[in-house]
Amino acid sequence: MKVGGRNDLLLEVEDLKVEFPTLRGTVHALQGVTFQLRRRETLGLAGETGCGKSVTALAVLRLISPPGRISHGRIRFEGRDLLALGETEMRQLRGSQISMILQEPKMALNPVIRVGHQVAETLLIHDRSLTRRTATGRAIEMLATLGIPDPPRIARRYPHELSGGMAQRIMIAMMLVTRPKLLIADEPTSALDVTIQAQILELMKALKREIHTAVLLITHDLGVMAETCDRVAVMYAGGVVEQGPVATVLKRPEHPYTQGLLRTIPNDVAPDRPLFSIRGQVPSLLQPTGGCAFAPRCDRAMPECVETMPPRYVLGPEHDVACFLHRGKETVDPQSSQNTPILPKGGTP
Amino acid sequence: MKSAQSADPLQARMSDAGIQPLLEIRDLTVHFVLREGLLQRRRAAVQAVNGVSLELAQGEVFGLVGESGCGKTTLGRAVVGLAPVLSGEIRYAGESLIGLTGRAARERARRIQLIFQDPYSSLHPRKTVRDLVGVGLMLHGLARGYEADGRVLEVLEGVGLGLDHMYRYAHEFSGGQRQRIALARALILKPELLILDEPTSALDVSVQAQILNLLKELRRDFGLTYLFISHNLGVVRYMSQRIGVMYLGNLVEQGGTESLFRAPQHPYTRVLLSALPSLDPEAPSQRQVLTGEPPTPINPPPGCPFAPRCPEAQAICSREKPTLRQHGGDPAHLCACHFPRLADASRE
Repeated sequence: MKVGGRNDLLLEVEDLKVEFPTLRGTVHALQGVTFQLRRRETLGLAGETGCGKSVTALAVLRLISPPGRISHGRIRFEGRDLLALGETEMRQLRGSQISMILQEPKMALNPVIRVGHQVAETLLIHDRSLTRRTATGRAIEMLATLGIPDPPRIARRYPHELSGGMAQRIMIAMMLVTRPKLLIADEPTSALDVTIQAQILELMKALKREIHTAVLLITHDLGVMAETCDRVAVMYAGGVVEQGPVATVLKRPEHPYTQGLLRTIPNDVAPDRPLFSIRGQVPSLLQPTGGCAFAPRCDRAMPECVETMPPRYVLGPEHDVACFLHRGKETVDPQSSQNTPILPKGGTP
Repeated sequence: MKSAQSADPLQARMSDAGIQPLLEIRDLTVHFVLREGLLQRRRAAVQAVNGVSLELAQGEVFGLVGESGCGKTTLGRAVVGLAPVLSGEIRYAGESLIGLTGRAARERARRIQLIFQDPYSSLHPRKTVRDLVGVGLMLHGLARGYEADGRVLEVLEGVGLGLDHMYRYAHEFSGGQRQRIALARALILKPELLILDEPTSALDVSVQAQILNLLKELRRDFGLTYLFISHNLGVVRYMSQRIGVMYLGNLVEQGGTESLFRAPQHPYTRVLLSALPSLDPEAPSQRQVLTGEPPTPINPPPGCPFAPRCPEAQAICSREKPTLRQHGGDPAHLCACHFPRLADASRE
């Protein structure tokens, strides 16, 4: 499909389903998520609370805590099937090959360990041959790369002595010091002020140029996405409804949900006109209807939308939309799934 | 519920320029004292709000923007008597609000209501919606029993909820619905001024749009006045007629919404506006990135509070604190800067 072919693919997620049994019934958090991420690329996962963005990230790291489980699908990282790996192998992968930045840096850092040591610890865990001194040296180098003033002094501080922006930089340092191939950033700037967010966004763009890490960026802020991502996948109620190059999706969205989402943002709306709002509410994930999840709120819904799940129609280079409004266009072929059996209904532990 | 007023209250104000403002804040200073050391003797003060003055006309929406720690929330809390006012004056409809006790304090509480940011923590989890919304009626002795039930239902319908929501608990509702409950709880007392402290920050954009629309309708229908506190410039622009920008406890710029967005005079306002990520991925980024972090309000710098981070600061800025005054041709547009950028100069 794109230059480089399959070898260029870093992460392939295929028809991923995740469910959480609860007292009220099974919550179908992911209902068949498919996307791919190439090396050095930044893919944004957009969507509102509860749409499954964070669950997708956790599933890639295989951190879905029981009784939640991956019930179906495949996750390939550099061609390796992550769902077939043992826990020991998976643990080696986490932090060294795939890292994750969380929304609240201060909650993620250990409050009683100096931040420099926390960064160095990541190195020590993954490379037993390193001495503590070399690891600390490399940690301090990393802090300097991230534009932290006076790194040796900051490295000796505890998390509570740092501001939110500085703590987030420490988190980023901790995650990048092992030079992972994939960085998952879950709302990395949502807890920060706009001027600090601006600093972190500029930093992430610079890192993208220098370190060549692929990034899976999860955010509800489409503005942040416009600035940092190459491609965007828009999620709704546990599925990807539209994906494509960032400029296409944000400027010429084709799925009614993406269109609605963009229109609800109060940017340059005349104050005397009411804001557009999508009617109705996000559906319950307890009993998926079998049709398009957005159909009950969609102004252009047709009878088949309620009954059948729309396939992904190809609209342009790398741009596809799961909506029957585009019926007649070519659909994305359900790739390779015939060759190897997809994870059976047993799921991972 | 009362039907919409015949004339827009703001228009009424415009035609009668001599009328006194609904809320008048003069040189308000709020400090929080910190005690440190073993014997709790050493003292420092967090200078949360430092000599802020502003006025709200009846029926107006005044937006207050700024980053965390700039004092915007403290300012809102001071108006409802929830922050220790060190000096200055807050007048509501001509009467001082400072140091009110007893009946007068209760009446203030009825007329000025505060809506909190997080509807997940501002609603009691063990009370039904009826009790949550009706508690004000009981405390103020306005209604009880069936009459209270009727009033609760009426106000719930006004915010888009109904009878089938009345006997449920807060945890059964989504964020947007909870914020509607919080609004109903405030509106049942027929307040005149609402202090909205980040009312949509905890909500998703599509829900945010619903709540913003509701807030606009309620203002129109009940002739309410809003002090709208938010860090989201897009939201504040959509909601407010006038905007004040706060930095480190000081009001650094104030003006009509369009004037402030079109021709921001203070360097900090320009940085804030440029920091907003654009939705157009192809637009060239014109972002001004500030170095450093906002200083703490414990020991603010002596001169202009923004001077240490200001890209345009000069020697005088760190010595002398600029006062908030008119620089350009618009008497409503005020700025506290030694070197304000005026609309004429920026066109060159």
